[in-house]
Amino acid sequence: MTGLTLDMGQYAAFVWPAWGASLLGLAFVVVRTLMAARRWSRALKDEAKR
Amino acid sequence: MFGLANPDRFMRVTRPLVPLAWGAAAILLAVGVWLSFSAPEDYQQGSTVRIMFIHVPAATLGLGAYLALGVSSFFALVFRHALADAAARAAALPGAMFTSLALITGALWGQPMWGTWWVWDARLTSVLVLFLFYLGYMALRASIDDEQKAARAAAVLGLVGLVNLPIVKFSVDWWNTLHQPASLIRSGGTSVDPAFLPALLTMMAAYGALFLAVWVTAIRTEVTRRRVLTLRQRRAAMA
Repeated sequence: MTGLTLDMGQYAAFVWPAWGASLLGLAFVVVRTLMAARRWSRALKDEAKR
Repeated sequence: MFGLANPDRFMRVTRPLVPLAWGAAAILLAVGVWLSFSAPEDYQQGSTVRIMFIHVPAATLGLGAYLALGVSSFFALVFRHALADAAARAAALPGAMFTSLALITGALWGQPMWGTWWVWDARLTSVLVLFLFYLGYMALRASIDDEQKAARAAAVLGLVGLVNLPIVKFSVDWWNTLHQPASLIRSGGTSVDPAFLPALLTMMAAYGALFLAVWVTAIRTEVTRRRVLTLRQRRAAMA
């Protein structure tokens, strides 16, 4: 194993978009899942209060 | 396992597990990213080998999530169990995302290595079909207002899509494809260079933990949503 390498050389135009797309895609799924969980959890609490 | 099919028990058992799964996913992802950018360059692929550390886990989880969707659909259809339907529904979005990321990262690896973004070979085409099954499943659920009818129709589609999984897995053995044959899990042991295994295996574990965290959270949300709708219906009936 070598040190942390951030220079992708001639393949930078392929490596970084691949990692960027993965980051965005996974972040979308995580945020959407957690927001839905929060929304329905609040709705259940509101219903229980009524 | 069947004990977990009770929604109350499922909610009780998974409550402490959810933060653990999210925590494991975050730690494994951090370590996996570090290992991915610490690994040496491949003598043939150069830096593009780092795309493999996200491509292979995404493709594996795209298949794994559909297996979860299909098996859950079977239990929903045969036993008409609401939790199985919730599990199938919850697997669709992360599965579709993993599959689309496998296609995108595969194209970004294919252009510099194969000289093309896309070829209609058996592996790539069957993964595209897998992605279309996910889209079809989500579109079908969204297009039918009656939730029970939507669940039944989607479950049938989910089951039909299971046929595609062995085609995806064995396409590289059954047909002569541009996509390379299995290298990580194959008879005779892995052909992946040991220098790349820590990054690859850690990222696979990270994606697996992330799917588990998202899936269980989404199932819990679906159970909660149904409870809210039931309470609202009861209140409306009493008014």
